Amino acid sequence: MTEIKQISLFVENRPGRTAKVAKTLSDAGVNIRALTIAEAGDFGVIRMVLDEPEKGYKVLKENAFTVSMTDVLAVEMKDTPGGLYEIVNTLGLNSVNVDYAYAFVTAKAQRAMLILRVDDIAKARKVLGEKNVKIATKEEIQAI
Amino acid sequence: MSGYWDPHIERMPLEGLHALQEDRLKSVVRYVYDHSAFYRQRFKEAGVEPGDIRTLADVSKLPFTRKVDLRDNYPTGMFSAPKSQVVRYHVSSGTTGKPTVVGYTKGDIETWSESLARALTSIGLDSDDVVQVGYGYGLFTGGLGLHYGAERIGAAVLPVGTGNTERQIELMQDLGTTAIACTPSYFLHIMEVAEKMGISIKKDTQLKAGIFGAEPWSLETRKRIEDATGINAYDIYGTSEISGPLFTECHVKKGIHVWADMFLIEVLDPKTDEPVADGETGELVFTTLHKFALPLIRYRIGDLTIMNSEPCECGRTHPRIMRILGRTDDMLIIRGINVFPSQVESVLMDIPEVGDHWEILVDRKGPLDMMTVKVELTPAGFSDKIGDLMKLRKKISKELKGVLNIAAEVDLVEPGTIPRSMGKAKRVTDNRKV
Repeated sequence: MTEIKQISLFVENRPGRTAKVAKTLSDAGVNIRALTIAEAGDFGVIRMVLDEPEKGYKVLKENAFTVSMTDVLAVEMKDTPGGLYEIVNTLGLNSVNVDYAYAFVTAKAQRAMLILRVDDIAKARKVLGEKNVKIATKEEIQAI
Repeated sequence: MSGYWDPHIERMPLEGLHALQEDRLKSVVRYVYDHSAFYRQRFKEAGVEPGDIRTLADVSKLPFTRKVDLRDNYPTGMFSAPKSQVVRYHVSSGTTGKPTVVGYTKGDIETWSESLARALTSIGLDSDDVVQVGYGYGLFTGGLGLHYGAERIGAAVLPVGTGNTERQIELMQDLGTTAIACTPSYFLHIMEVAEKMGISIKKDTQLKAGIFGAEPWSLETRKRIEDATGINAYDIYGTSEISGPLFTECHVKKGIHVWADMFLIEVLDPKTDEPVADGETGELVFTTLHKFALPLIRYRIGDLTIMNSEPCECGRTHPRIMRILGRTDDMLIIRGINVFPSQVESVLMDIPEVGDHWEILVDRKGPLDMMTVKVELTPAGFSDKIGDLMKLRKKISKELKGVLNIAAEVDLVEPGTIPRSMGKAKRVTDNRKV
């Protein structure tokens, strides 16, 4: 199973930095599926799921950004109350720690998509699978 | 094992060396008294005459000179040689005040070149080497100084000067540069540019030695440079007032050899002006023993160092000074505590997540001095977990505090955002209004 590659960037908190990221990806024709910005005062970390992560990583690196690739899980979540609970509770009961998570809703899908970074990705995949939680593949993310 | 340029002088037993120094000290004192109105006046004020100087220890009877004397007597008021004998001038940049002018007779240029010829030989260079001089040429002493020194040993000199970094790297490859002389911060920049060009200094060039100076740099930076490029990095020392760059470490890398036939050095306690013992930190004071256009008597450069007068394992008997801790001019006083930028450097360069470039900002908030240290995050140091980055910031802060005894704010910034320098790096911005 190929994991979904999330692209993370270290950015200083000053005007225009996020715009530069967006422009770099746009010029390369790379599409952003999901994005979140975590800020810590003077700096922040931008995390993104891209339709073409390898290409996105390459162009950002070439443009001197500090960038890394991380394996994440993209799980489908029922877009109803309790949707998130089901997932995180399963992980918690199985001692899988969530480092961070962010969600997005796609136009085509009926469901919300939750991006998870966990400390044990194989175990998370297994325990969620047992609960019949659908985990999106790389190809599915690309095809959204 | 490398040879000697002038084995007779370089390995002279201490007794002979001291006798030579004594003779030359007496001569220079007589010479400045006879030729410079400035010194005659100074000696009179101090109640000392050339005849009072009989032994080396008598040097302590002589008055000190300082940079301010050179400024007050701008441009050539302290010179001892007539204009007809001066063959060159160098002028300091004057960034910290009025510029200072130094002059050289033909013999002074010879002595300067000879000093560097010994130094370059001591790190294993000879006529087979190609020496790329990446110091500024012109009024600054770095470029021409190294140029003459390298030519004297018969090496091929590549006088590139500063800047044009990509071209420097191309020429380094094309002409087979084996040694480069520049500021350590500029070499770090060259390393960075080479990497961007896809060139490995280790594999794609013949570079084996770097002669780095004109700004203080730490052992940790040396380690970084040597690990990354496979070269040997040597410290070079000198300032324009005493000619320019003059002395380097030898291949043993245990201190910088100061040629005792050319210079008499003292290391003094800055408070009492008494000599400190070998191994103790003090202020470096130079008396030129063989310089004629602008001889200097007990010149206080303001650099802090440690002296080692034991002969070196390389066989040279001349005294050594240890890595310069910093110039008293560079010292910051933050909340009453002395901070040398070189201390900050040595802490930072020991932390692998921190890049090679850094900056200190000092500000005053209300009554309190605030020090901020900006560091670039290396790609390897980047974690996309905010918690890890906060931890890293805390770790840097803690290690700085351990060495400096004051708290510093740490800013993590993106690689490539701290200004790179071609010459002497400007690491400190002090925004305090005094």
